[in-house]
Amino acid sequence: MNIDSIKNGIVIDHIKAGQAMKLYSLLELDRLECPVAIIKNAQSKKMGKKDIIKIDTKMEVDLDIIGYVDPDITVNVIEEGKLVEKKHLQLPEILKDVVKCKNPRCITSTENGIPHVFRLCDAEKRLYRCIYCETKAAEEN
Amino acid sequence: MNKLIDILDLSVPEINELIAKASDIMANPENYREKCRYKKMATLFFEPSTRTRLSFEAAMYDLGGKVLGFSDAQSSSVSKGESVSDTVRTASIYSDIIVMRHPKEGAPLVASYKSEAPVINAGDGGHNHPTQTLTDLFTIQKEKGRLGNLTVGFCGDLKFGRTVHSLISALSRYSGVRFVLISPNELKLPSYIKDGVLVKNKLEFTETKDLESVMESLDVLYMTRVQRERFFNEEDYLRLKDSYILTPEKLKTAKSDMIILHPLPRVNEIHVSIDDDPRACYFEQVRNGKYIRMALILKMLGIE
Repeated sequence: MNIDSIKNGIVIDHIKAGQAMKLYSLLELDRLECPVAIIKNAQSKKMGKKDIIKIDTKMEVDLDIIGYVDPDITVNVIEEGKLVEKKHLQLPEILKDVVKCKNPRCITSTENGIPHVFRLCDAEKRLYRCIYCETKAAEEN
Repeated sequence: MNKLIDILDLSVPEINELIAKASDIMANPENYREKCRYKKMATLFFEPSTRTRLSFEAAMYDLGGKVLGFSDAQSSSVSKGESVSDTVRTASIYSDIIVMRHPKEGAPLVASYKSEAPVINAGDGGHNHPTQTLTDLFTIQKEKGRLGNLTVGFCGDLKFGRTVHSLISALSRYSGVRFVLISPNELKLPSYIKDGVLVKNKLEFTETKDLESVMESLDVLYMTRVQRERFFNEEDYLRLKDSYILTPEKLKTAKSDMIILHPLPRVNEIHVSIDDDPRACYFEQVRNGKYIRMALILKMLGIE
């Protein structure tokens, strides 16, 4: 299957197979007017299967969100059809308004206008906890 | 210092300094009677409290300061739907220091972001209660003469017992403390404390359901109440509420110098006949609570 290569934009590559839609939603790519291609289950020598997202415009993507989903994802910036930058990701220390706290006893469940903030507690386990109530960030599937 | 939300906001030297100050205030109260003259403390209690609120208010009065606030969310604009942020912002305009209790976890942290005055967490749901922990540490230091090299048993509701969480976190920083966790399965210590504090710091701990089997090993027994207000389901509360009741018979194997602590209020988990036992220190805790809070108020207001 072939998708046209992009001239100016972003290619989010090496997404674990099945994760592209989650990333699409977290990055709010549905708000974009430009063409966005989601390629699922593409063949990969390294990963077997992988997902890819191609965004056909120059824009800033939230690297913290991508790093939270998977720090092994690669973000390639394309200009005039050429790869000009490969962005390296890491697990962000702080996640702001990326995931919501699910604890009904947490102040975020009733107080309007405050951000949902999670702090990285264990990088090895990729464990984040709410800064208000210390509840673990729940995986959203 | 602009906030005390979690006991770990204070370093060990700072805690030791507060304990020394509280001891000095207790010995020489006349030296402190005017220290907070013209200062105002707002007590914002969105949830009922007897000891914590009274001890904070008594502490401020004994320092020569004044107190304003509310002791029930229904008597404030919260009942009209006002947010924590707006309530605190308003209170901080009229006061020099804020003491806040709230049923939602993290509410005092939100308050500290909005307040112009320093904020003290006086209990946020089942989460943290750092000034009770300061009281507990002060009492242990006074009664046992040390905060390290102790075997400390925590009994009852270890899941929702915020005082348990804070005290375990605080004691984890002293060497040679062994933790004995006594609770029914449903009320075990949450993983963020067990894994995040005890396992992570490689501390010695055991878990059991049987209080009597571990009684003789304890230097400190910290009893807790199974709190009705923490349960969404009344049936679960009724099933678990009488899990542990401390009686003179159960104390037979305890050390003669063990101390019994309880953050109070109690319902029936310590039989009243134990109140006269020299090992019962829970009303001493109440007394100590005022002095350690006086020391804390002075520190947070930057008064020597």
